Amino acid sequence: MSHTKHKFGVVVFPGSNCDHDAYYILKQILDQDTCFLWHKDNSLDGSDVVILPGGFSYGDYLRCGAIARFSPIMKEVVPFARDGGVVIGICNGFQILCEAGLLPGALLRNECLTFVCKFVDFRVENNNTAFTSECNLGEVLHIPIAHGEGNYFVDDATLQQLKRNGQILFRYCDRDGSITPSSNPNGSIANIAGIMNKEGNIMGLMPHPERAADPMLGYKDGQKIFKSVIKGFINNEQINNYLVAERS
Amino acid sequence: MYNAQITITLRKSILDPQGKAIHHAIESLQMTSVEEVRIGKYIEMKINVDTQAEAKRITEEACKKLLANPVMEDYTFSVEKISN
Repeated sequence: MSHTKHKFGVVVFPGSNCDHDAYYILKQILDQDTCFLWHKDNSLDGSDVVILPGGFSYGDYLRCGAIARFSPIMKEVVPFARDGGVVIGICNGFQILCEAGLLPGALLRNECLTFVCKFVDFRVENNNTAFTSECNLGEVLHIPIAHGEGNYFVDDATLQQLKRNGQILFRYCDRDGSITPSSNPNGSIANIAGIMNKEGNIMGLMPHPERAADPMLGYKDGQKIFKSVIKGFINNEQINNYLVAERS
Repeated sequence: MYNAQITITLRKSILDPQGKAIHHAIESLQMTSVEEVRIGKYIEMKINVDTQAEAKRITEEACKKLLANPVMEDYTFSVEKISN
């Protein structure tokens, strides 16, 4: 059976500005079938993975992600995600997923009150997931952040749940992997940089893997996140092919 | 017609760095009796319904579904009749 490439759909909200970066990395660098999904679309166009990219959807009016959540395309994304479809929210996309109730918590104003745009290090806390299987446990990734509201907050009870369920994927750390207050760029609770839902099909993270994935620019840690997702699909396909072959 | 006046604030349990920064500025004005500053949002909505109860119900719904994020914010509001 021929290998069919699965399809990434990158949502474009008014004010998205990392949509083309994500598209470029997936299409040109990782050779995946990729399409844009306009915020007014009412179909995911057959996408297997939906990316909510970074940017300032709807000018960050009211709260970051609060208006985007009500976009027509989100009426498709929410049931897709609830049915187990893979959804990745990067930066503003993470904020949108929290506002939509697809991920727990909220992203507050950075504790330092300034917009922070720099490379950070963060540690892989769980590599047994669809988003991190290409990383080693405890591996330190070097990927940039660029946000004013990335200060992740959840109440204590929810934080304990996140820990218990292995939902915390990434925590800001030093170069050597130590979790320290000085390596936390925005005041996030427990240095959290990225989480997934309990079911493991929805991920949100503040760092921008698409900005550290083109080898020509010298950094490619971001590829590991996208390659984990791609690998998951290939494995599933192999399993499906095997099952089909067994049945016939 | 009713006018809803809505105030949204960060929940008490959440650190408000903006409020803190302003508090520092207030202190530099020698206003030492100010003990705490917290920042919030103010929103007005004009609502074309017949009763105050209905205007309140709509305001409550808007706060819950959109205007405030219950993870991090609290809201209060008042609703006044402004014309017929």
